[in-house]
Amino acid sequence: MSGTILEVENLSVDIPVAAGMLHPVRGIGFTVSRGETLCIVGESGCGKSLTSLAIMGLLPKTARRNADRMEFLGRDIRNLREREMARLRGGSMSMIFQEPMTSLNPSYTIGNQLAEVYLRHVEQSRAAARDRAVFLLEKVGISSAASRLGQYPHQLSGGQRQRVMIAMALMCGPELIIADEPTTALDVTIQAQILHLLAELQREFRMGMILITHDLGIVARVADKVQVMYAGKTVEEGPCETVFDAPMHPYTQGLLRCIPIPGRTRRGERLGSVPGIVPNLVGELSGCMFRNRCDYASDACAGLRDEPTRMGDGHAYTCLRAPEEVLGERQPAEAP
Amino acid sequence: MPAYTLKRTFVALLILIVVSGLTFSLSHLSADPALTIGGEQASEEDIQAIRKLYGFDRPIHVQYLDWLGRALSGDFGESYHYKQRVFDMVSERIGRTMLLGTLAILFALVVSIPLGTLAAMRPNSITDRIALFIAVLGQALPTFWFALMMIIVFGVWWRWLPISGHTQWANYVMPTIALGYYATPALMRLTRAGMIEVLASDYIRTARAKGLSPASVLFKHALRNAIIPVVALAAVWFGFMLGGSIVIETIFNLKGIGWLSYDALLRSDLPVVQAIVLVFASFYVVLTLLADLLNAYLDPRISVR
Repeated sequence: MSGTILEVENLSVDIPVAAGMLHPVRGIGFTVSRGETLCIVGESGCGKSLTSLAIMGLLPKTARRNADRMEFLGRDIRNLREREMARLRGGSMSMIFQEPMTSLNPSYTIGNQLAEVYLRHVEQSRAAARDRAVFLLEKVGISSAASRLGQYPHQLSGGQRQRVMIAMALMCGPELIIADEPTTALDVTIQAQILHLLAELQREFRMGMILITHDLGIVARVADKVQVMYAGKTVEEGPCETVFDAPMHPYTQGLLRCIPIPGRTRRGERLGSVPGIVPNLVGELSGCMFRNRCDYASDACAGLRDEPTRMGDGHAYTCLRAPEEVLGERQPAEAP
Repeated sequence: MPAYTLKRTFVALLILIVVSGLTFSLSHLSADPALTIGGEQASEEDIQAIRKLYGFDRPIHVQYLDWLGRALSGDFGESYHYKQRVFDMVSERIGRTMLLGTLAILFALVVSIPLGTLAAMRPNSITDRIALFIAVLGQALPTFWFALMMIIVFGVWWRWLPISGHTQWANYVMPTIALGYYATPALMRLTRAGMIEVLASDYIRTARAKGLSPASVLFKHALRNAIIPVVALAAVWFGFMLGGSIVIETIFNLKGIGWLSYDALLRSDLPVVQAIVLVFASFYVVLTLLADLLNAYLDPRISVR
């Protein structure tokens, strides 16, 4: 596939902690193609942020990363040295973080911080870097862009800062952009704007995008592919419409019950919730990790192996229940 | 920034006036200058005559305003003991003290900032431990003892350095180290703590995500933010060094104003004491002002508040 930007197979992250070995990411795989948006969904602590940091090579020093395959633009990035990895970061792959208020350096102007990444990766021309910065600031919807270059982060609002972060990520025309919950820290009204902006820019520049979120409303609007993570593993993946229309894993079903869907959720009906908390991921782990919160759990779930049930068109889920069983149950629940 | 500078300068001037008033009244309350000048054999008439001659019979606020007025034009009176102009005595020696203080604070910064940064890059590693050991040693050793040890080792045994005087550069080496080393622990620890905090911050993660070189991440993005509290502390320490070099100046017989103040206090030479206290206070005020302005430059958020 010529359009493939990133290919990851069996990625895991281990972090030694006082109580033993923590396994926050346990064998994740996905591919991202040019112009495609992959959404990684899951609740806090499911390992989605660490997955993105693992791709960028930004894991904490103590963390260990393993993967059968990690190819970025056809190049194996598993054993790249830090110096070579730094060449890719900010250049052909860039990242937008969750915390716009603290992600910009308070001591330098916006212009300085935007230009810096261009000067590092593209060319040593301050004038060109400045022009690019003004162009992108206008692109991300910041008014009087040229005069903003001399401003400091504390002079901008949270939404504006996140726009600056997006502009910064685009400075060198990346192939892949990773957005880790880019709208979580923003006002609801701003969230929608930023999301639209991201989706628009991604289409315009034909970038691959990995959008990490716990908000299924966001996923429904922008995703091409969805990957649902639970306790460091992929429990369900597939094209966005398929996963939303026919979720197969009990966890995905639970998540979907938590959001109102126009035309499907009835007025006055209580929204669902997924009871319980994410399990502890320290030490040896086996079986389905969702079994202690699952309505359908049986003794056999403790022996579940990682063999996803494949449904065609890329839709797959990891659960003992057979497709007929799941789909059979869904029918009465869905017909109002 | 200009408004901020003006505001800080005004506050600094106010502080100076208050300090001058305090020193003047305290020194006049603590001893009767007429007795000091007259000496032990002076009769009652002599004392009265001295009071009249020097104007000590006037109310204290009149004396203060009189002194302040002349001080502003550079006239700090005459030393009771040496019968020299105080201005000349101080200006002759102030250069040495300032040179020593400046060298000492530079030495302290040059040692403590790299050491603190190195320690912060790998907390609890062997480098960190060594840095901490050096720092604790500096805090634990009394300055006078450390100075004397240096004199024994480098001056007496190995004869590398002169042990007293102020005529050549080599005279300043040991005093600088002795005085500067004392400030190193506090500055190093503050650098280390600041760096550890900053290195864990979100904007450092951003800097790394931008693929910047490790040097750029460390020095451009981290150090500038970590160093802001260090600047303020260094200013205070610089003030200490200018005013607190009495011991060092005495040990190395480096006759600056620290040495002079010690001498003047022993002789109750009030005009000299007052002038020196005012000079020390001005040092502090000016240094604090400079530190504030430097901080405002380093951290653009400060001048907004």
